[in-house]
Amino acid sequence: MTALHELQQAFSAALKNADEEAPISVRGRPGENPAKRFGVYRNNVTVSLVEALISAFPVVHRLVGDDFFRAMARVYVGLHPPRSPLMFAYGENFPDFVSDFPPAASLPYLSDIARIEAAWRRAYHAADEKPLAIEAMAAVEQEKLPGLRLTLHPAVHVVRSRFPAISIWLDNRGEERTEQRIDMSSAEDGLVTRPALDVEVRRLPSGGAAFIDALQSGATLEAAAGAGADDGRRSGARFELSDHLVGLFQSGAVVSLNLATVVPSGSAEL
Amino acid sequence: MSAFPAPRVPLTKEVPIMIAASVPQRAGVGLKAQHYRDILDDGPDLGWFEVHPENYMGAGGAPHHYLTRVRENYPLSLHGVGLSIGSDGPLDKDHLNRLKALVERYEPGLFSEHLAWSTHDDVFFNDLLPVPYTEETLQRVADHVDEVQDAIGRQMLIENPSTYVAFEESTMGEVEFLSLLAKKTSCGLLLDVNNVHVSAVNHGRDAFAYVDSFPLHLVGEIHLGGHAPDTDDLGQPLLIDAHDRAVDDPVWALYDHVLAKGGAKPTLIEWDNDVPGWSVLFEEAKRADAVLEKHKAGITHDCAA
Repeated sequence: MTALHELQQAFSAALKNADEEAPISVRGRPGENPAKRFGVYRNNVTVSLVEALISAFPVVHRLVGDDFFRAMARVYVGLHPPRSPLMFAYGENFPDFVSDFPPAASLPYLSDIARIEAAWRRAYHAADEKPLAIEAMAAVEQEKLPGLRLTLHPAVHVVRSRFPAISIWLDNRGEERTEQRIDMSSAEDGLVTRPALDVEVRRLPSGGAAFIDALQSGATLEAAAGAGADDGRRSGARFELSDHLVGLFQSGAVVSLNLATVVPSGSAEL
Repeated sequence: MSAFPAPRVPLTKEVPIMIAASVPQRAGVGLKAQHYRDILDDGPDLGWFEVHPENYMGAGGAPHHYLTRVRENYPLSLHGVGLSIGSDGPLDKDHLNRLKALVERYEPGLFSEHLAWSTHDDVFFNDLLPVPYTEETLQRVADHVDEVQDAIGRQMLIENPSTYVAFEESTMGEVEFLSLLAKKTSCGLLLDVNNVHVSAVNHGRDAFAYVDSFPLHLVGEIHLGGHAPDTDDLGQPLLIDAHDRAVDDPVWALYDHVLAKGGAKPTLIEWDNDVPGWSVLFEEAKRADAVLEKHKAGITHDCAA
């Protein structure tokens, strides 16, 4: 164990825990108690991580207000410090934390809003792919359609909510101003993707989430339509495959068609 | 003419070809997402841009799109904040590989990191934490610098930190430490003039004396930034390296002194928090350019005389 290691061990422990004293060899001016100076580092760490969460979850921040968000984020930062220097990925499990955070229980849709924002950020940084136009489907022979597999854009994420989370998010982002009050009893699923540079978030019709989930895990068009129909039936909606396909292509969510009968390795584990 | 021209690096097929461009002895600014469109629309007469590579380690999307466009029009510097060169623990190999890939993709004219640590036992603190200036630290940091320079195949610059505390363990001064580090590893140095001022005020030392003892011939880049005033436990000034406002007058004066002694160097305006509109940032860069021009003219005159 080197002296440098021991010093960094003590420094780290005191950064993580405000009750822990600064390392004894830390110095300020002659005769000064260096606790306040050490506190600058402690404060920098916490505030910078809280700020990172504010910029990653702007609508959650807006909905609960700055004081509440900062207090909540401080608890998260203490429990889940970053394990990587890539701050654009920090807070991946913040939605789960929000859903289990008792003081936020009065806003049961809040964790779904956080899920939309986590998906938004993943989509923003996802690999570039050129969306495929729906005309490509015309080249597929009718009898081969059931066995067709669609490769979706790497930015595609599906968010499901028991609440109108997509409407709340769109309204608070200023991307869609609704004049009416949002019906809080309606459930919504959403598609988050990025056909070019801008991330797009839209509501999915009933059954769409299960349909896309199935396609994403490598199911054939027939199997995915079955999954979508089963899911849609639960809410009493009829599943129109062609409508869902058109919507998916129009969202720029499809990047290639695959007619091979064998699933390429790796695609099933998505 | 930069002191540290970038070597040509073989490019992979899927990456657009870019000619390595050295960073000129002019002002540059930190590239911010909120300014992408202003910069590409206006094409400002600016020497270069700098980015934190950590912000460009995603797979695709707007960051790479805009950085590619900017890089097509300006020289670029990569200024890392996540390597934790000052850690006793080993460097993060994944991070080093990501860095190498970015250097190959964007062919920056300069690459720099900090004399600081930010990771311990897998936890990333997202701050630049101070190290004691000892033989042991020097050896550890030198090993890390060697490893980075080997991995990316080029020289790196190490930046002097702004600090709020000192360590009883330290057996040498910061300038001596940095000079020895450069000697051991052949790295260059990045002189952050705001950090010199901040640390000098915080520890009751003389910023001008620091600069006068600094090996300015090893400096490949200068940083200027804003700091926030606070007070220490004794009620004495304690400056926080906040990068959240314009460069302060004492820092401009110190910068003038640095250039008078060391000559013109590529100079970055660092403004990372409460980032202003593009025009404000650009004005700050023009002010640095004016100081640079004054000293370039002075040197030309001296040579002619």
